[in-house]
Amino acid sequence: MINRDPFALKLTKIIGLLIWMIITLFPLYWIALTSFKPASQIAEYPVRYWPRQFSLENYASLFQKSQFGTYLINSIVVSSSAALVATVIALLSAYVLARFSFRGKGTIMLAFLVTQMIPAFIALGPLYQMFTHLGLVDSRFGLVLVYVAITIPFSTIMLRGFFDNVPDSLEEAAMVDGCSRFTALWRVLVPVMTPGIVATFIFNFVNSWNELFLAVTLINSDSRKTIPTALNGFISSFNIEWGPMSAAAVLTILPTMVLFAFASRWIVAGLTAGATKG
Amino acid sequence: MSTARIDVKGGGAGPARSSPSPRRRFTVKTGLTMLAFLAPAFIFVGVFVYYPMLVGSQMAFRQWSLWDLTSTPWIGLGNFRTLLADPLFPRVMLNSLIWVVGSLIPQLLLGFLIALALRRKFRFRGLYQAVVFYPWAVSGFLIGILFRWMFNSEFGVINDLLMRVGLINAPVPWLADPQLALLAVIIANIWYGVTFFAIMILAALQSVPDEMYEAAALDGANRWRTLFRVTIPTIRSTLMLTVLLRIIWIFNFPDIIYGMTGGGPGNRTQIVTTWMIQYTQQGEYGLASALGFIVVGVLVIFTGAYLALLTQRGTK
Repeated sequence: MINRDPFALKLTKIIGLLIWMIITLFPLYWIALTSFKPASQIAEYPVRYWPRQFSLENYASLFQKSQFGTYLINSIVVSSSAALVATVIALLSAYVLARFSFRGKGTIMLAFLVTQMIPAFIALGPLYQMFTHLGLVDSRFGLVLVYVAITIPFSTIMLRGFFDNVPDSLEEAAMVDGCSRFTALWRVLVPVMTPGIVATFIFNFVNSWNELFLAVTLINSDSRKTIPTALNGFISSFNIEWGPMSAAAVLTILPTMVLFAFASRWIVAGLTAGATKG
Repeated sequence: MSTARIDVKGGGAGPARSSPSPRRRFTVKTGLTMLAFLAPAFIFVGVFVYYPMLVGSQMAFRQWSLWDLTSTPWIGLGNFRTLLADPLFPRVMLNSLIWVVGSLIPQLLLGFLIALALRRKFRFRGLYQAVVFYPWAVSGFLIGILFRWMFNSEFGVINDLLMRVGLINAPVPWLADPQLALLAVIIANIWYGVTFFAIMILAALQSVPDEMYEAAALDGANRWRTLFRVTIPTIRSTLMLTVLLRIIWIFNFPDIIYGMTGGGPGNRTQIVTTWMIQYTQQGEYGLASALGFIVVGVLVIFTGAYLALLTQRGTK
């Protein structure tokens, strides 16, 4: 410990951090609060910072008036399958990029990085046209394919960083013992890297869960919509019903927030490593 | 099982870090294995990302609208001419510039302050980081919706707070007012992006060795001098790279605006990428694609200039 902060500085830091925490948490508090207010108290002025009574009527009307249950299931199915496939594929490519040096490796990394720089919606129109030919428009399977494709590049970069932290000698020993490369990866490396792999999976899951523009373009039927597509429908209506809307927002945020909180340490490590290695 | 706990925290050269493997000649078998491992990623990214982008790029030079697919004639730079002649074009460019600069600078400054405050370990630091980190788990679109509700002119909490403090006398129609809407979306974007900067800068700060601070203290440097003479120069390159990535990202980021105003009122919050989405949703793929070219063009030129400036200053 070198020179400690004087008391005044320490106090300033603490107050500053607390203020920022309040500012960060406030929108979340506000949407949750709105979702628990009875309809009559949502459109009320002056605004109430603590409701007179809590009610679940917004949640009830959300599930009654819309097929929110269906959207929720669609989102869970699409995001978890996309995240699973993307993580496995990225694990394989990251392994090669981390462990071997060969000509063209830089180009591959660059090709992956470029996809992060160019907005995905440049491909929206052509993708829609392509999916029409393939019969994949309005299909959850088609959506999974696209989500796998858009999450692979960054997962690869992230996982490569995690591979760099595991010594070569580990799988080399296994291969000397007669394991094939794949078995060595699966039996030796994967168990050691579990936190990084889980973080990558969560990162992919959250990205697919939140994706809007591709889903809006590629999905038409109500029964196949994911949550963001449904939310887009809610806010496009002339008169937004903020009660059910806020309930939907809470249900959308909650799962990803829990997942992120759980894995935030490793996600931060992966993101900062990914960005500085680029 | 947990004997081989790995240290995934970036920066520190832990004992687990592997030495770069010596260049070795591959056997055919190894080569094939490598190819097999890379193939799925190549196929997915190739088919669903690069191929549509290539197809999209030729759409920019065609009259290409979903409403008339029977004829998509080659029109050269026609789409670009249409866009440049649109009176909206300068407005959108100006909006995009304000959007990027207006979001970036406060994000950077606030993020830096928070990172500085978090540099020294304290008891609840991990918890604090996990808590303020949550906006990352939420989509920009949903953040837009949240702020749309908070900026609501009739029942919005922001008006209410400002009136309680006495900064305004009557509710302000933030998102309907052409003068204020862009400010409102920028405020939302600042809120969303500060944490990103804080975490990136914190990671950079933690890479500054303690000895450098000790040396500065021995030389009698005060905190300000240490900050400007030791800390900032040491993390300068990471900082500049983060800023560059962030500029590209904000420029490409329509989600908050899409959720908050949809580009309105009267295109006052329309930026290049929201405009592009609007054209895509109208089925005008030719024009959308031409706009995409403009986006990429602007970014390539900007990145080139930025990196050139950076290396030039670096070698001096």
